[in-house]
Amino acid sequence: MTTTVQAAQQPLSAPSGLGRGSLATRRRLANTLVRTGIWLSVIIAVVPVALVMYYVIAKGAKMISWDFLTKPIPRQLANPGGGIGPAIAGTLLMTGLASLLAIPLGVLGAIYLNEYGKQNALARSVRLMSNVMTGVPSIVMGLFIYTAVVLTTEQSGLAGALALACLMLPVVIRSSEEMLRLVPDELRQASLALGARKWRTIVTVVLPAAVSGIASGALLGVARAAGETAPIVLVVGLTQRVNWHLSGSNTALPVQIYRNATEPFEAATDRAWGAALTLVVIVLLATLISRLIANRFAIKER
Amino acid sequence: MTQITDRPPAQPLTARGRGAASDRAFSAVSLAAGALVLAILVLILVTTLREAWPALKYAGLGFVTSPSWVPLEVDGAGPVYGALSFVYGTTVVSIIALIFAVPISIGIALFLTELAPTRLRSTVVTVIDLLASIPSVVFGLWGIIVVGPALVKVYNGLHGALGDIPVLGSLFGEPVSSGRGFMTAGMIVAIMIIPIITSITREVFATVPDADKQAAYALGATQWEMIRGAVFPHSFGGMVGAVMLGLGRAMGETIAVALTIGAATQITPNLFAAGNTLASVIALNFGDPGVPPGRSALIALGVLLFAITVVINYAAAVVVRRADVRMKGASA
Repeated sequence: MTTTVQAAQQPLSAPSGLGRGSLATRRRLANTLVRTGIWLSVIIAVVPVALVMYYVIAKGAKMISWDFLTKPIPRQLANPGGGIGPAIAGTLLMTGLASLLAIPLGVLGAIYLNEYGKQNALARSVRLMSNVMTGVPSIVMGLFIYTAVVLTTEQSGLAGALALACLMLPVVIRSSEEMLRLVPDELRQASLALGARKWRTIVTVVLPAAVSGIASGALLGVARAAGETAPIVLVVGLTQRVNWHLSGSNTALPVQIYRNATEPFEAATDRAWGAALTLVVIVLLATLISRLIANRFAIKER
Repeated sequence: MTQITDRPPAQPLTARGRGAASDRAFSAVSLAAGALVLAILVLILVTTLREAWPALKYAGLGFVTSPSWVPLEVDGAGPVYGALSFVYGTTVVSIIALIFAVPISIGIALFLTELAPTRLRSTVVTVIDLLASIPSVVFGLWGIIVVGPALVKVYNGLHGALGDIPVLGSLFGEPVSSGRGFMTAGMIVAIMIIPIITSITREVFATVPDADKQAAYALGATQWEMIRGAVFPHSFGGMVGAVMLGLGRAMGETIAVALTIGAATQITPNLFAAGNTLASVIALNFGDPGVPPGRSALIALGVLLFAITVVINYAAAVVVRRADVRMKGASA
């Protein structure tokens, strides 16, 4: 009884305005607190990025030289000198082959999902499972290639490329399907009305309309794959010399960062920072190119 | 005028003929590519389980109940394979990571959808994208060389201040001198899962109907009350899915954790102590797995990790999709 009376009296005792000052202190305080928290969380996220980039550039830049980028890896990581040439070669070789495998297969898979399967049971389960596959830890993918490929053959660049391709595949499928979905249906209908077969419609009309988005998504997948360490450690082995062949032990930039980081010697730490800068530059270049492609050729969303 | 050239008879589009064959071939190839995903997932389970079998048979139920992992012959006694302390390490690191990452990610997502001035928005998005594209091994390198040693002082301070309080004291125990342990690994992982949680919660927040927000403001709500009353209830399902996806990523994170967790097989409440996770122990010991079936036992850890992450990711995918359907229905 008393509460209703109070509620009815409140507007009388506190003349209401719509300004900020008329709010109850508690409500105003809560609002300010939350707004501060939100700004703070942005700052907290920016700080580590800035710090990592600072350390990678500050400590890595002084290592970078033509010799460092091309010379073979020293046998003793404790000694200064030597370079990371074989690791750069291995990263380019394995990431390149993985892209050649995963991008066509991924785009075809996306074509199945968006053009053929649509909402049927198989397409829905493929869609769900490619989401699940994106979350499979990279180390598990490494174990998979180890048990399926390495045990019957050898540790090799090919095995590394297969592992990276498995990691890229679901990423490519998901991003490509998003892009295919943005292609207006009128284009398909127009092509079909001209008498084109479905496959011809897809290859000559739908894919060209979506190609920039697909390329940009695929390049993001490539960037992600180039930085993968765990599967490479398991399936690729180790080498000191440049190996452009798919067979035989190989190495990659992330593996060299990992190995050098675990050594307590200053020469090794320096080498790790230098390799980290090289890897970050490669990854960011791929990301940047993918951004440019996406912005330059973006198809208009409907 | 009357000359009508002989046209070839129009070819009807039928389910037969050369064009139709290529049509069928193309659809079959794309179907195969789609089905490849299912095949790979099944193959992962089959091949890893086959290689893990000797160790699983050897260890029996002890594989999931024993906390000790001794991959060597000690005084004639055979090796012991118990995954419990690694499961514990995985859980602790993931929980620490979520405690740090979830509020920050939700904060960033709210900033991007509700608070940010337009010009700042694209800058923050770029920074988060940059965060997502830095390889995990680079975070690991930073963690082991810069963060760990820097945090030891903080850990020592916390240990000194809170170490004598009964329950908290056991959490904030004696830190490792290198700074490598559950807490350091958890914080590094937190940085790495911020982008994924942020991007999904942001998508979810963006689907909150403007009418709901305007209605909240019209009732005199402050910004926080609008967020609490209109944004959060609408996007709760999606947020849960985002957190679960972040959890899946945190559990599978390997190299950065391997570098920063300090590699010890133990179950301790001390957050500053060294430990190991399922993923990191595989990466650290695969080159030198001990006596047979040591490597098989490491693969068995991988099977366990695979099973856990698949269940979590499957559940997350279902939750996100359900939330997605509900929201699209609501805003249509």
